[in-house]
Amino acid sequence: MPFDSSLLFQVTFWTDLLRLIIPATGETLYMVATSTVFAYLLGLPLGIILVVTSPGHIMPNPWVERTLGTLVNILRSAPFIILLVAFIPFTRSVVGTSIGTTAAIVPLVISAAPFVARVVESSLKEVPYGVIEAALSMGASPKQVIQKVLLPEAKASLILGVAITTISVIGYTAMAGTVGGGGLGNLAIQYGYNRFRTDIMIVTVVILVVIVQTIQSLGTAVARRLTH
Amino acid sequence: MVLRGFSSRSFVVCKSLKGGKPLIQINQLVKKYSSRQGTIIAINNVSLNILQGAIYGIIGLSGAGKSTLVRCLNLLEKPTSGQIVVAGQDLTKLSNQELRQTRQNIGMIFQHFYLLQSRTVAENIAFPLEIAGVPKREISIRVKELLHLVGLEDKSSAYTAQLSGGQKQRVGIARALATKPQVLLCDEATSALDPQTTLSILNLLRDINQKLGLTIVMITHEMKVVKEICTDVAVIHEARIVENGPVESVFIKPQSDIARQFISTVFPNELPADLLKELSAHRDSEIVRIQFLGSRASDPIITDLLRTCDVRANILYGSIDHLKSTLFGTLTLELLGNPAQLKEAHRYLASRELKVEVLQHAL
Repeated sequence: MPFDSSLLFQVTFWTDLLRLIIPATGETLYMVATSTVFAYLLGLPLGIILVVTSPGHIMPNPWVERTLGTLVNILRSAPFIILLVAFIPFTRSVVGTSIGTTAAIVPLVISAAPFVARVVESSLKEVPYGVIEAALSMGASPKQVIQKVLLPEAKASLILGVAITTISVIGYTAMAGTVGGGGLGNLAIQYGYNRFRTDIMIVTVVILVVIVQTIQSLGTAVARRLTH
Repeated sequence: MVLRGFSSRSFVVCKSLKGGKPLIQINQLVKKYSSRQGTIIAINNVSLNILQGAIYGIIGLSGAGKSTLVRCLNLLEKPTSGQIVVAGQDLTKLSNQELRQTRQNIGMIFQHFYLLQSRTVAENIAFPLEIAGVPKREISIRVKELLHLVGLEDKSSAYTAQLSGGQKQRVGIARALATKPQVLLCDEATSALDPQTTLSILNLLRDINQKLGLTIVMITHEMKVVKEICTDVAVIHEARIVENGPVESVFIKPQSDIARQFISTVFPNELPADLLKELSAHRDSEIVRIQFLGSRASDPIITDLLRTCDVRANILYGSIDHLKSTLFGTLTLELLGNPAQLKEAHRYLASRELKVEVLQHAL
């Protein structure tokens, strides 16, 4: 009785798909979504401050701008894998554990927030200063300039920035396995590379490509709709 | 009329000023910019009074400091020293909060319009009202009035990218007038527009000036803008005001070379040099330029001149134009006659109170 290896392969493939890939995809989406949201909660105000305190803007303050700018640069120059390890004590104090998917989110946020700050900064700097001056000439306060001019006028560019940030965060989550964060990137290394499961590697990559493609298309479509 | 029937406590209500008192006073204004390359003086001790209801033109070449000057009037540019008094308030002494309040009384329009691209036309006009904290319902009434005022009722829900330059400036004007300011500052407001559109925008500004009694300060490098609508003009050159006064008197008797240059762009009256040279070969002839103003422009002066004095005249160049509602003419003549006859002709012209300039004396 010849052994039908192809049938066995199909069975393992489909059970592995359910057992491994579906939870890993869930972990990746959870890490990416949560870290992006928190990265924006920190990075958006930071980006706004970097812009409005820059020389010649509505609230020039060289001291604040330089301090925050330096902080952002330091965090951005540290490789993510280093941040992941270096912030373990901090992670434990924030989420109560330094292992697991939730624990991976803390370093992801710390790494993505300064990136967000720069992306937001460059979007807001695209708003012509003349438009801001026009608002000032009508008696707008700095708060009104930010809420009614800077953010709405940069909306399309900010949305594209969200897509860029989300996609970079997906890249970072591949390293989350180091602290037991799981996710698709980790699966690709553990099974695809270490156990020579090329099939799992390929499926993982295909899913990542689909996720990246979807986010980018969505970002571009929304940005286009917001451009008049 | 369209602006009536709308009131809000948060608006600065138009106050009528005591007789002849200037609405805007600029006193010894100085603005310096310091950089590593050294200090640049953009405004050098400028003083000007602008009366209520005036359309005050400030003309100068690029880099003369005119843009800095108008931006000092609402403190977008902070003066180094001096006073800016608008409606009795010295802007340089106000707190940030007070300054924001006062700016709602000073509208401004720009060369590049600076409209909000993320908003429709109606929303752009509503913008200063939102800033002033006007209730929504009042905003929509007021926006309708303003759309009507600038003739853009049908563009209410269009986005600014769909508008032509002239339409964009109309939105800019409506937006600047939304809070019922007493003053409108125009920073090269027509410089990005074609001549036809420029004229329609200038007409709109003149209408608004007359209907609403709005005081307009216009910065421009085009003398035709000044000629078209201004009541007064100041010529700024190298950070200083070189001359100022009512448009007619500056046009008729310019004191500075720079003013003469600007005037010659709208009333070209220079004869080509080669033509002058050719004419100078004549004996017993001189070339004179005569300027007329008002009723004099319609008098039959040449006929009278030829009848009264025994000279002959050869008309080289002539033009007649309106300066606001006044006729303004210039005529370049070659007068032929012996010295005594020419002298007689001069006496006659002087008796008619005409401004005569001899471009080329008799040999």
